[in-house]
Amino acid sequence: MTTAISIRGLTHRYPTSSGNVLDGVDLDMAPGERVALLGPNGSGKTTLALHLNGLIPTQAGTITVHDTPVAAPHLGEIRRRVGLVFQDPDDQLFMPTVRDDVAFGPANLGVPTSERDQRVRDALGAVDAVQLADRHPHHLSGGEKRRAAIATILSMRPDVIVLDEPTSGLDPVGRRELAELLVAIASTQLIVTHDLPFALATCPRSLIVDGGRIAADAPTAELLADRELLARHRLELPFGFELRHTGT
Amino acid sequence: MMIAMHAPDGFLEPGVAVATAAISLVVMAFAVRSASRELGDRQVPLAGVTAAFVFAAQMFNFPVASGTTGHLLGGALAAILLGPWVGSLVVGVVVLVQALVFADGGLTALGYNVLNMAIVPAFGGWAIFWLVRRLLPKNAGGVIGATAIASGMSVVLASIAFSIEWLFGATAPVPFDTVFGAMVGVHTLIGIGEAVVSSMVVATVLAARPDLVAGARDLDTAQLADRPRVGVRTFVMAGVLVAALFAMVVSQFAASGPDGLEKVAADQGFAAGAQDHGFADSVFADYATRGIGNEELSLAIAGITGVALALTVGAGLVIAARQLRRRPAV
Amino acid sequence: MGGGHGRHDAHRLHVGRDTAVHRLAPHVKLVALVTFVSAVAVTPRYALWAFAIDAILLAVVAVAARVPAAVVARRVLVVTPFLIVAVLLPFIGHGPRTELGPIEVSTDGLWAAWNIAAKALLGATASIVFTATTPIPEILTGMTRLRVPRPVVAIIAFMVRYLDLISEQLHRMRLAMTARCHDPRWLWQARPVAAAAGTLFVRTYERGERIHDAMIARGYTGHMPVDERAPDRPAAWLVALAPPAVAVTAAVVALVP
Repeated sequence: MTTAISIRGLTHRYPTSSGNVLDGVDLDMAPGERVALLGPNGSGKTTLALHLNGLIPTQAGTITVHDTPVAAPHLGEIRRRVGLVFQDPDDQLFMPTVRDDVAFGPANLGVPTSERDQRVRDALGAVDAVQLADRHPHHLSGGEKRRAAIATILSMRPDVIVLDEPTSGLDPVGRRELAELLVAIASTQLIVTHDLPFALATCPRSLIVDGGRIAADAPTAELLADRELLARHRLELPFGFELRHTGT
Repeated sequence: MMIAMHAPDGFLEPGVAVATAAISLVVMAFAVRSASRELGDRQVPLAGVTAAFVFAAQMFNFPVASGTTGHLLGGALAAILLGPWVGSLVVGVVVLVQALVFADGGLTALGYNVLNMAIVPAFGGWAIFWLVRRLLPKNAGGVIGATAIASGMSVVLASIAFSIEWLFGATAPVPFDTVFGAMVGVHTLIGIGEAVVSSMVVATVLAARPDLVAGARDLDTAQLADRPRVGVRTFVMAGVLVAALFAMVVSQFAASGPDGLEKVAADQGFAAGAQDHGFADSVFADYATRGIGNEELSLAIAGITGVALALTVGAGLVIAARQLRRRPAV
Repeated sequence: MGGGHGRHDAHRLHVGRDTAVHRLAPHVKLVALVTFVSAVAVTPRYALWAFAIDAILLAVVAVAARVPAAVVARRVLVVTPFLIVAVLLPFIGHGPRTELGPIEVSTDGLWAAWNIAAKALLGATASIVFTATTPIPEILTGMTRLRVPRPVVAIIAFMVRYLDLISEQLHRMRLAMTARCHDPRWLWQARPVAAAAGTLFVRTYERGERIHDAMIARGYTGHMPVDERAPDRPAAWLVALAPPAVAVTAAVVALVP
C-alpha cells in the first residue's frame, strides 16, 4: 500500500529571515489517516501545509503524494490530489456565488459542464450546504463560509485534504459540526490547528512541530496527556480543561 | 463641485462622447494587456481587490475644514501605488461599474468619465510624479513629496480635460472661459485635499510594504529608510496659499463680463475681440464660444492648457510604456 | 461633494421578481439598455414628444418588471448634483432672455436645463431598471457573451465580490478611531484616517495575493473557466429590442429637420 504523503528532509528558509522555518522534516501518512499538526505560532506549521500543494516551491528535501513528487511538471496533478483549505474562507470564496466557487476547481481541471454540476451538488451535499448554492459569499455566517470553502475543495475529488486552522472564527456548535463533518469525509487529512480538543475529536494521531522540526509523533490522546511535553512546546489544554481518560 | 466627474448621459455633445470613448477604449485596451504582462496570472485577483479598495476609498471622506469633508479622486494615487497601467485599469473598472451598476454616471458618458477620472489623472499624475522625483532627493521623502504634487495636480488636469471637452461639446450656454475658470479654480483647491491625503496614504504603505509602491521601486532599503519629517501643517498652509493664488488668477477668467477681462486683456496688449464670427463655423460648440469675454485670450488659454494636458498625459503613457518594456514579463 | 452617495450593497440593487423582463437573457438586455440610452442621448432637446415617448417606454418596462417606483425614485437621486446644475443654468446662461414670472432668464439656459435633466433622469432610470432585473452574476455573463475581454469581466466580478468586505473593514477602522475620541475637523488632522486607508490598501493587496494562492491551489493557470450557455432565442431579441427601437426611431425622426 502506497503512503499517501511522504516527506523527507524538508527544509525551508524565507529570504528575509535568518534561520530555517522548516529544518529537516520527515513525515509519512497512510491513506485515509487523519493527522493533526500541532505547534506554537511561528513553528512552521502553515509553511509545511503550503508545501504540500506546491504553493511554496521546495528548496531542499522531497515531498511525494501517492508516489507523485510535488514538483514541476507534476504540479497540476498535485493540485488535483491535494486540496488546501485556507485559514480565512474569504480568501477562498472569491466568485460571485458559492456555486461558482465550488465549480471553479473542476472547471480548471477540464471537467465538462454536466459532470461539473453533479460534482457541485455532491460537494455541497457532503458539507450540508446545498441551500447556500446561490448565495453571495459575503452574506454567509462564519460556519457557512467554512463549509462552503471545504466544498470548493471536495468538488475536485482530492485524495488528501490539508486544512489550516479550520476552527478559527467558529462558535462551539460550529466547531463540533465541523469535527463531525471531517470525520465523515474519507480522504487523508492533515489538520493544522492549535485547538487541542478539536484535534482530539478528529485525529487519532498528532504531530508537534516546533523550531521547524517534528518534535513529537504519537496518538493524540497520549500527547495531550503529557503536560510537560505540551508545555515545552507552548501548548496547553484550554484553561480549566482536563483530559478524561476513557478506555479505547 | 465635482461636476467634472460621473457626468450623466447627454451632458456633452455626442461628438465629444464618441471621440472620448474611442480614446478611452484604446488606452484601456492597452492597460489590460500591459497589466496582464506586469502581473501575469495575479492580474485578476490583484486588480479585482484593489478596484474594490479604490471604490471603497472614493466613498470614504476625509476632513477638510471645520466639519466639511472631501473625497478622493484616487487616479494618481492608484498609479503611484500600482503603476499607471494597473492603476488606470483599476480606476477605469470602478468608473464602469459605477455607471453600469449604480447609475452613477451615464453609460453614454463613459468615454469622458473614464478619460477624466482614470486616464488623465493616472498618466498625467505619473508623468508629473517622475518629473518631480527628479527634482527631489532619491529617498522616501522624495516619493512622498512627489506624490503630493502629482496627485494635487492630477485633479487640476482632470478639470482642464473637462473644460476642453466642454469647449468642443457644450450643451448649455455657459462659455468656455466661465467653465474653465470655475472648474479649474475650484479643483485647484480640491487638489490640496487630494495631495495631502494621497501623500499620507503612500507614506503609510511605504512604511509597511514598500514593494507595494510602484513609484518607489527604484529605491533600495537605505534610501527607503530616509524619511525627513515634513511638517504637515506647514505643507498644507503653503499648499493652500499657492493654490489659492492660482485659483484667484484663474477664476478671474470665469468672470467673463466683458469689462473686467477685456480691460485686463487690453492692458496686456491682447487685441480685444468681442465678435462671434471668428468662431462661428468652427469645430467648437456654439454654446461654449458665445459670450466669451475675449476670444483671443480664451483660444490661447484653451490651446496652451490643452496642449500641456495632452503632452503631460502623453508623456505619462510613453514613460509607462518604456518602463513596461524594461521590466521582465512575469 | 463628490462621491459620497451611500451605495454600499450591490446586491440590494436587484429586485427579485419573476417577470418576463427578469427572464430575458442578460446580454440581450445589455444591448437594449445601451441602445435606448444612446437614443436618448442624441435626441434633440426641442423634441419634447420624443422624450415623452422615451419616458413612456421606460415606464412600461418598469411596470412589466414590477420594479417599485419607490426603489427607482430613491436610486435616481444619484443624479441630484447635475439637477442642481441644471436649475442654475437659466440664471447663469448667456444669450437671449425670456421672462419667467418676475425674473428674466436665459432661453437657451432653460432648454439646456431641460436637456440635462431629462437625459440624466432617463439614462439613470434605464440603468436602474436594468440592474433591478439583472443580478450581478448575470450581468457578468452578459458581458462575456458580448465579447468583453474575460480578464475585465473577472476583475469586475472580484471587485463586486470584495467591495462589501473592504468597505466594512474601512468602516470598522473608522469606528475604532472614533471610539478613541478621534474627531478630525481639519485637513492636517487627516493623518490617522489616511493611515487607515494606507493600511487597508496593504491588507487588501495581501488578501489579493492570498486569493491568488487559493486560485492556484485549485488549478488556476491564468484563464478563468468558461461556461457554455444556452443558445439564443430570436424571440428574446425582438421583445427586448422593441422599446429601444422605438426610442431610436423617435430620435431619428426628431433629428431630421
